[in-house]
Amino acid sequence: MSAPAADEPLEITVTVNGVPRTASAPARRLLSDFLRHDLGLTGTHVGCEHGVCGACTVLVDGEPARACLMFAVTAQAHAVTTVEGVGDDPAAMSPVQRAFAECHALQCGFCTPGFVTTVTAYLQDHPDPSADEAREAISGNLCRCTGYQNIVKAVLRAAELRRAEAGA
Amino acid sequence: MKPAPFVHHAPRTVDEAVAALVAAGGDGKVLAGGQSLIPLLSMRLAAPGHLVDLDGVAGLDTIEVTDTHVRVGALVRHAALEAHDDAATALPLLRQALRNVAHPAIRSRGTTVGSIAHADPAGEMPAVAVLSGAVVEAVGPGGAREIAAGDFFAGPLETTLDPDEIVVAVRFGRFPAGTRTAFLESSRRSGDYALAGVAVAVQVGDDGAVATARASFVGVTPVPDLLDLGGVLGGLRPGDPVPGGVADAVAAHVDPESDIHASADYRRMLAAELTRRALGATLVETTRGAA
Ligand SMILES: Cc1cc2nc3c(=O)[nH]c(=O)nc-3n(C[C@H](O)[C@H](O)[C@H](O)COP(=O)(O)OP(=O)(O)OC[C@H]3O[C@@H](n4cnc5c(N)ncnc54)[C@H](O)[C@@H]3O)c2cc1C
Ligand code: FES
Ligand code: FES
Repeated sequence: MSAPAADEPLEITVTVNGVPRTASAPARRLLSDFLRHDLGLTGTHVGCEHGVCGACTVLVDGEPARACLMFAVTAQAHAVTTVEGVGDDPAAMSPVQRAFAECHALQCGFCTPGFVTTVTAYLQDHPDPSADEAREAISGNLCRCTGYQNIVKAVLRAAELRRAEAGA
Repeated sequence: MKPAPFVHHAPRTVDEAVAALVAAGGDGKVLAGGQSLIPLLSMRLAAPGHLVDLDGVAGLDTIEVTDTHVRVGALVRHAALEAHDDAATALPLLRQALRNVAHPAIRSRGTTVGSIAHADPAGEMPAVAVLSGAVVEAVGPGGAREIAAGDFFAGPLETTLDPDEIVVAVRFGRFPAGTRTAFLESSRRSGDYALAGVAVAVQVGDDGAVATARASFVGVTPVPDLLDLGGVLGGLRPGDPVPGGVADAVAAHVDPESDIHASADYRRMLAAELTRRALGATLVETTRGAA
């Protein structure tokens, strides 16, 4: 294996929201920074940069994962979905996004992209959670504004909206 | 909060990965799920010149269940092992403990083998490895070798693995028939590292009495070594209350530290009480949790 020198820019191609996107970045580029700085996808937020706050949560092969705990070079072999991929048109929001708006589940909105991706993946596996399960589902995401009550309501409301959509 | 520069290696085979570590001459680190290593790199607590990324190595993502063990490959994510029904039936302690490892978004990338290689005394899976008599399968430039879990953990974040060795799998041992297991921990928020935790295995013999009883701990011992509770529990029958001697044995065994979350005394008390409750769960009269 011949490896380039440390910090030499590499051509990195990551499939983001279904589209292969290429940019030049060193191996140490975190996926979170690659999305924001190199691809201009600023929907993914960065809070703690060590896995604790959940603001940077994206879907990697459909499963929620911290974008700050993955290198863009590693992400090349995986499919990444960001909050933009969940829905980027205010006129056509996803059920989870609509529920967050309806239930006032955000104030400053800093934490919201991480909640939306986390809850989107959760409801795919658990379409009908109880309030306790909803609370557990968001336990890995921090919000400094809302006090969580309305976020729990939004999870339950999003589940309703999804079921209504599926039934329609 | 950005990692220092490094050279990224993306081997396709274990041999290539070992070769990259050897070439790095002690300045290389294995990158598995990155859920412990990347925070350390971002905080610059570690700055290896080379990262050997296992993500693309073929054949490391398998779970095998046999009569004697559950073999977990180095790329099996916590979430995949937790979801594996055959593994949970063969060794219920795996799922009992994995539910307590971080949050789903961490479990989706973090590997169970990585958490054992990381040897964090606050990790759940090192305690499970020791209690189940696991065997660590390592490959290095000199070939393959096996290390008993009891000989693997050398201290906090320290193992007896050589810097150019890779753990390819961990074989968790299955308990003998009649063994009941339980895992309990207490943390400030669901998914956080535990203030204290315990895994217990109690074997009830054909005569209906406790034959063996062992525990290993999370977050309160420098390495997850075994506490033999056979002397305190031996001869008890399901339904009997857990004797008070358990608390004394645990308090004497553990060696917790104080931090902003809890004092050493509180953690010691917590470990003793969690052990009492976990043993109580294994001693209920119904036959549940048999492994
Ligand atoms: C917010 C947060 C909360 C967490 N909470 C918990 C918790 O409650 N309990 C818990 O147990 N863990 C917790 N973790 C850590 C998590 O379980 C990690 O997944 C695990 O500790 C390491 O696995 P990894 O695959 O991510 O390894 P990495 O981070 O990639 O590697 C960790 C270390 O092990 C070495 N290593 C990894 N795999 C191998 C291998 N196959 N061969 C040789 N060396 C190897 C690496 O070189 C590195 O030194 C948490 C992490 C975060 C970010
Ligand atoms: S920025 Fe990634 S978890 Fe906080
Ligand atoms: S809305 Fe402000 S942090 Fe959650």
